[in-house]
Amino acid sequence: MKFPEDLLYSETHEWVREEGDRITLGITDYAQKELRDIVYVELPEIGAEFKKGDSIGVVESVKTVTDVFTPVSGRVIKRNEELKDHPEYINTDPYGKGWIIQMEIRQKEELKELLTAQAYQGLLPEEE
Amino acid sequence: MDDSMRRIEDTGLIQNEPLIFEKGKKGRRGCSLPEWEVDEVNPGALIPSHLLRKELEGFPQLSEVEVVRHFTRLSQWNYGVDSGLYPLGSCTMKYNPKVNEEVARLPGFSKLHPYTPEELCQGILKVMFELETFLAEITGMDRVTLQPAAGAQGELTGLMMIRACLRDRGEKRTKVLVPDTAHGTNCSSSTLASFQMVGIKSNERGILSAKQVEEQMNEEVAALMVTNPNTLGLFEEELGEISEIVHQRGGFVYCDGANLNALMGIVKLGDLGVDVVQLNLHKTFSTPHGGGGPGAGPVAVKRDLAPFLPIPIIEREGERYRLNWDSPKTIGKMKAFYGNVGVVLKAYAYILSMGGEGLKRVSELAVLNANYLMKKLKDYYYLPYDRPCMHECVFTDRYQERYHVTTLDIAKRLIDYGFHPPTIYFPLVVKGALMIEPAETESKEELDRFIETMILIAKEAEENPDLLLQAPQRVKVRRLDEVLAARKPRLKWNPDDRVENIKPEC
Amino acid sequence: MKDFYRYLPHTPEEVQEMLQEIGLERMEDLFRMIPQKYRLTTPLNLPPPLSEINLIRSLESLQPPPYTSFLGGGAYHHFIPSIVFHLTSRSEFYTAYTPYQPEISQGTLQAIFEFQTLMCQLTGMEVSNASMYDGASSLAEAVLMAYRITKKRKILLSEAVNPEYRKVIQTYIDPEQHELILIPYLKEEGRTDLRSLFHLLDHEVSAVVLQSPNFFGVIEDLSGISERVHREGALMIVGFSEALAYGVLQPPGAFGADIVAGEGQSLGIPLSYGGPYLGIFTTREKFIRNMPGRLVGETIDLEGRRGFVLTLATREQHIRRERATSNICTNEGLCALMATIFLSCLGGEGLRELSLMNLSKAEYAKRLASESRNCRIPFSSPTFNEFVLELEGDVEGVLEKLRMERILGGLPLARFYPELKNHLLVTVTEMNRIEEIEKWAELLGKVIGQRG
Repeated sequence: MKFPEDLLYSETHEWVREEGDRITLGITDYAQKELRDIVYVELPEIGAEFKKGDSIGVVESVKTVTDVFTPVSGRVIKRNEELKDHPEYINTDPYGKGWIIQMEIRQKEELKELLTAQAYQGLLPEEE
Repeated sequence: MDDSMRRIEDTGLIQNEPLIFEKGKKGRRGCSLPEWEVDEVNPGALIPSHLLRKELEGFPQLSEVEVVRHFTRLSQWNYGVDSGLYPLGSCTMKYNPKVNEEVARLPGFSKLHPYTPEELCQGILKVMFELETFLAEITGMDRVTLQPAAGAQGELTGLMMIRACLRDRGEKRTKVLVPDTAHGTNCSSSTLASFQMVGIKSNERGILSAKQVEEQMNEEVAALMVTNPNTLGLFEEELGEISEIVHQRGGFVYCDGANLNALMGIVKLGDLGVDVVQLNLHKTFSTPHGGGGPGAGPVAVKRDLAPFLPIPIIEREGERYRLNWDSPKTIGKMKAFYGNVGVVLKAYAYILSMGGEGLKRVSELAVLNANYLMKKLKDYYYLPYDRPCMHECVFTDRYQERYHVTTLDIAKRLIDYGFHPPTIYFPLVVKGALMIEPAETESKEELDRFIETMILIAKEAEENPDLLLQAPQRVKVRRLDEVLAARKPRLKWNPDDRVENIKPEC
Repeated sequence: MKDFYRYLPHTPEEVQEMLQEIGLERMEDLFRMIPQKYRLTTPLNLPPPLSEINLIRSLESLQPPPYTSFLGGGAYHHFIPSIVFHLTSRSEFYTAYTPYQPEISQGTLQAIFEFQTLMCQLTGMEVSNASMYDGASSLAEAVLMAYRITKKRKILLSEAVNPEYRKVIQTYIDPEQHELILIPYLKEEGRTDLRSLFHLLDHEVSAVVLQSPNFFGVIEDLSGISERVHREGALMIVGFSEALAYGVLQPPGAFGADIVAGEGQSLGIPLSYGGPYLGIFTTREKFIRNMPGRLVGETIDLEGRRGFVLTLATREQHIRRERATSNICTNEGLCALMATIFLSCLGGEGLRELSLMNLSKAEYAKRLASESRNCRIPFSSPTFNEFVLELEGDVEGVLEKLRMERILGGLPLARFYPELKNHLLVTVTEMNRIEEIEKWAELLGKVIGQRG
């Protein structure tokens, strides 16, 4: 499993890429492995406002449904429309083609509460 | 699978059968209609042309014999209770007596229109009234409605009655406590009835503790929704005490009666303080599941909730039965008419065949079968709650994990040995659950055969796990691509685009 | 030995052996975890068990004698070909559970897939589920689905929708969350007052619910409605109770309906005093993930062969739990199979002929009745196989006279519509023979004549 060093992570298994006052958000390699084959992604509307901890959408595999939470507050400015036809991108490339949304954020200090790659990996159960 | 197997698959008695739309010839018809007797009207002369149908393309065009062969072949790809052991936990797949099918089909019932005047329906009203009385006696409740079409609709009915009663009292209670062992329908029924579901944890013994309920039961809670025996197959030993707590604090106790098969003649849910319970006639009372319904989900209630029952209410006045529509506090109606009467007749016939003594024997043997099976298998499969069970027991795949074999693989391997698998991955409180409910109608030999097979599969998992991973092989189709089905839903026939030509994307 | 032991194979010796294996002495030890004070000490108070033949005898004796019937209003007397009963009596179909294990349930799954296809064709829609409980609860679920999609609280419901269905919708919705507004019907025509509909329609409406043919048997003109409904961001829901009508009538899908929900009892399912029936539910592809109920999809197996599975299950209660689209689990699978077999033997041409026969016979009855000087057809709109008749004089008295001749002459409407005193809903299907229709009309004229 990969956990790029330049990303921030949440305890609920999302990753965040910081780009000035905007962020890109997706789910981690660990999350996609646990969920297995993703079959559907429910995306929020462009312009939707979310507070830290809100569910911004839903990721579905054949027999599970999981909320995707945002670890920071902000407004949706872009969403990955390709996931509609290719939900499997989340499995094949979780940090690249499998990104979910981009948000404009206002409270940058919220990012400080997120985990580094190393800290996040420390939370994961050991691989068998 | 080797090639010889594949050829058998194509040529043997597991017939290949296309979709009904892919058969037949233009101009064939498979039915005989009544004589015309009157002149055919020209619809265009009566009805504006833009309201008339232009085409009826795509409907099948087959002779009667083709239709018969088509559905006969389809039926042969199915496994039913009449095929063999069907140990689906929480589903009570018992034998469905044939005589019950016969009585439900009697023309005086099957051809009876629901708006037939009451004086001509005295027989069926008597059946319904008496079944209500029987179910009230079996559960220890006061009144019953037969209207709900299935267990989930029964749950909704019961919760709506609780909501109506609370609103009638001017109380604002918005929450329902649902244990972590509950059926999924409990959660969705709560939402549908405008309640907010709040989870409550079962204890280390797999049941609800009075202490936990005491902690969570407050003036916001409308009801506790409990299943007894619960989905781990365990009797809720503290339910009596729990009910007292719930009642003292102004709430109701809802019991999901899906697992009543363990309790008939042994204990009455009403005596345990239950205020509402729905019964699944297609489980406990032997009516068939029909490959996904129709079932029936009558609801039994205590006196306090009786004014809120759906209408009409069947009443007896002397020797006459009538439908009472005048009930000012009723929640209304759940179905267009009075319930799944065809199913109600079968359950009535079942109770008349068994009597009180027979029903008690049913519960005893159901519990005996489950405990016997649990005892015989617990050395081979991990038993998370090693305690006497009721009508079902729950194992997991923990012992098999080390061979990288899962519950799903065990289930699929059972198919190769000619058994229907148990319920899998439910209840959610245990990981990799295998929930086995043998039901009382299975003989000791059949159970022993199943036990032997399960032990053999445990050995195979250890020695040759591939046998499980590749299972099932001796079936019409092997494991199906559920990911493809969910990513690219194909929910109806498409003549121009065969599914076999789609390439899976990864 | 008691007869019920034919369903319980255990011999007393086996019971002892099994108890011993578990380490118990007596049967009651199995229940030792149940507190003693709750254990029953007396047998259940139920009638003593009956033998098979006495069971049949006792139920046979409860049947009423057959009557000639002109009853309908949501449940219809139609011909059911023998093969429908014979094929659905194959116990591989009827003793199976919901097809959770697709490898050994392909029969049920393929049949449901065929059913879904047929329902799309019948209603002119894009997707169908595997069935709902009945027409009424199906229509109620459609209303809830429209709310899930639009999140708006008002529901416009035509007064000409089957009153039993309206009652079920009213029960299903929570008055604290929704507002139900009735659209009146035109007193001269018997169809929904579209001017009122458009007047009531605003951006707070989630759904407009109509039925065609409506409860009066009247064919609603559904054209030009959906455009205006959609403009306000609402959904158009069309209900029906007589599925056979779509053999002659343009299906709701052709008028831009978003959800079509109704009753399939007419498609090979016996009357059975009101159930089990067949809830049909079809919609547009874009709404798939908001649909209630089970769905069967086509896919391939490990070897690339076509097969069928339950799919999109994440909408359902067993996965999404409190956030599911519906709580429905067991539906009406065997009734869906009956409808599939029924339509398979009829085919398109048979369906059209049967539908036309209903229309023609009802028209014949309507003409005879209207010729009687004491009867009047109050609504001018075209009808399918039922129509409203206004009688001069007391309806109940007339019906009683007809009953003495073994005829159930129609359904009095005052119970549902107080303003329609002395009005009767009359249903005529292919099962009503011409001599029955003539006798009914003759008696109607005579009885009213005597009284008048």
